[in-house]
Amino acid sequence: MSDRPIDPASLSQNSEAKSVPFRGGGFLPKPKRIIAPIVFIGLIAFWEFGSRTGFISNLILPAPSEAWASFMDLVHSGLLWKNLSASLQRLVLGWTAGTILGVFVGVLIGLSSLARSSLQPLVSAIFPIPKIALLPLFIIWFGIGEGSKVATIMFGTFFPTVIATYGGIDNVDRGLIRMGQSFGLTRLSIIRKIILPGALPAIFSGARISAAIAIILLVAAEMLGAEYGIGAYILMAGSLMATDQLIAGVAILSVLGLIIAWLIGLAEKYFLKWRA
Amino acid sequence: MDLSLRHIAHRYDEVEVLRDISLDIEKGQIVCIIGPSGCGKSTLLRIIGGLERPASGDVLQIGTPPSESLNPLTYIFQDFALLPWRTVADNVSLVLEDHALSAKARQNIINDVLARTKLSEFKGAYPRQLSGGMKQRVAIARALAVSPAVLLMDEPLSALDSQTRELLMDDLVDLWTKEHYTAVYVTHNLAEAVRLGHRIVVLSRRPGEIREIVDIDMPIETRTNDNPELEAIQKRLWNLMREEALAADRELLNV
Repeated sequence: MSDRPIDPASLSQNSEAKSVPFRGGGFLPKPKRIIAPIVFIGLIAFWEFGSRTGFISNLILPAPSEAWASFMDLVHSGLLWKNLSASLQRLVLGWTAGTILGVFVGVLIGLSSLARSSLQPLVSAIFPIPKIALLPLFIIWFGIGEGSKVATIMFGTFFPTVIATYGGIDNVDRGLIRMGQSFGLTRLSIIRKIILPGALPAIFSGARISAAIAIILLVAAEMLGAEYGIGAYILMAGSLMATDQLIAGVAILSVLGLIIAWLIGLAEKYFLKWRA
Repeated sequence: MDLSLRHIAHRYDEVEVLRDISLDIEKGQIVCIIGPSGCGKSTLLRIIGGLERPASGDVLQIGTPPSESLNPLTYIFQDFALLPWRTVADNVSLVLEDHALSAKARQNIINDVLARTKLSEFKGAYPRQLSGGMKQRVAIARALAVSPAVLLMDEPLSALDSQTRELLMDDLVDLWTKEHYTAVYVTHNLAEAVRLGHRIVVLSRRPGEIREIVDIDMPIETRTNDNPELEAIQKRLWNLMREEALAADRELLNV
């Protein structure tokens, strides 16, 4: 080692110098807020333009403006509210009942060996059955009216909620539970203050999935005999080949799904504000 | 209250973890347990506090814990074990909520322990907003809140960087000179052991047996990092542990 101070300039003079090429970065897609509306509006504009110029045949796909007109018809005739309220009632009842029962059974499976060994295989066996296939049975059990429709939605949302809940409980940090025990917390306190809050993020992701399933089942159930409801409206439009009404009905469902996802997002933001 | 370990032995299925450990922990003393990794020292600590049942042997409490002690055997964990959804004050509150205390008494305890650990201004912060050292301070505050008779510390400084470790070590020494708490301190860091321990218990590799017990008479508050006497002890401990650590390092982990 020489004790001569190193002159940085002298290094670069010795041979040719160039910057180290940058190789990092990337692989980190970030959402850009304005892109989504642009794509959305662009697509609809293209669709409308295609319909007006005859490039897209009206027989194949009605123009967005026609679907919008059918939607306004619905609004003016007051049928929109009638259909929507019937659907929302079934959705809220079925989804709430399914979620509450699902969280309850999920907690049981998450905490008790007996419940785990008896119910877990049962859940695994029934979960993959398409609940729509059971609809005729539900009609026999719960009647052709509201009962069978609500039961279908309840059954459909129950199973994913159970699985999300006990999965969440299984993933709660055992160290935290041991901490609770070491401070002599009661069993109820440990469940209420450590296990349930720890499983809440998983329960919320379960709720997102079950909400989407609930909408799918709602339409399926309404297609089998309902006077009012978005699903009944779509079915009727379909059998009359009124494709503009069909598109309007489908768009209502899509918006409904977005609103529910947004509401769950709000709840998540509030209850999980401790996460970064 | 003293603790007495009588012939503790433990095994996980086929693997013998601890063999015939007998040890007395006297009031006001800090007992450090050191040993190579995987020697069962954390298991021993869990057994002492009743979080795990030994295969044989007994841990005895001699005398009754002071009446104001809400949780006589209290842990401080290596990974802090703070609830991420509770603020600093609420994390301390958690361990008081199951006791019959008025809201005011609980609040007084919380304020008192946060002041003692210099955390008062971080009352409303969430754990994710705190550095590792601050998190461990919160865990210490939480432990103090239940006025423990014996503190059981499981490598409390091992998850921290070396500067923070120094600062917290000073805090632990300060706290001891003020309150003379009883503690069992598990560590693999010899410097921590000679700095804080009245009595150092060296465990062998698995199955963990007591190889030697070293008493250090020098008062804790006068110990420094560069004291030649302590350095000599540390060197001796290292020689004791060296072979064990080497052999333990080459074993396959199957616990």
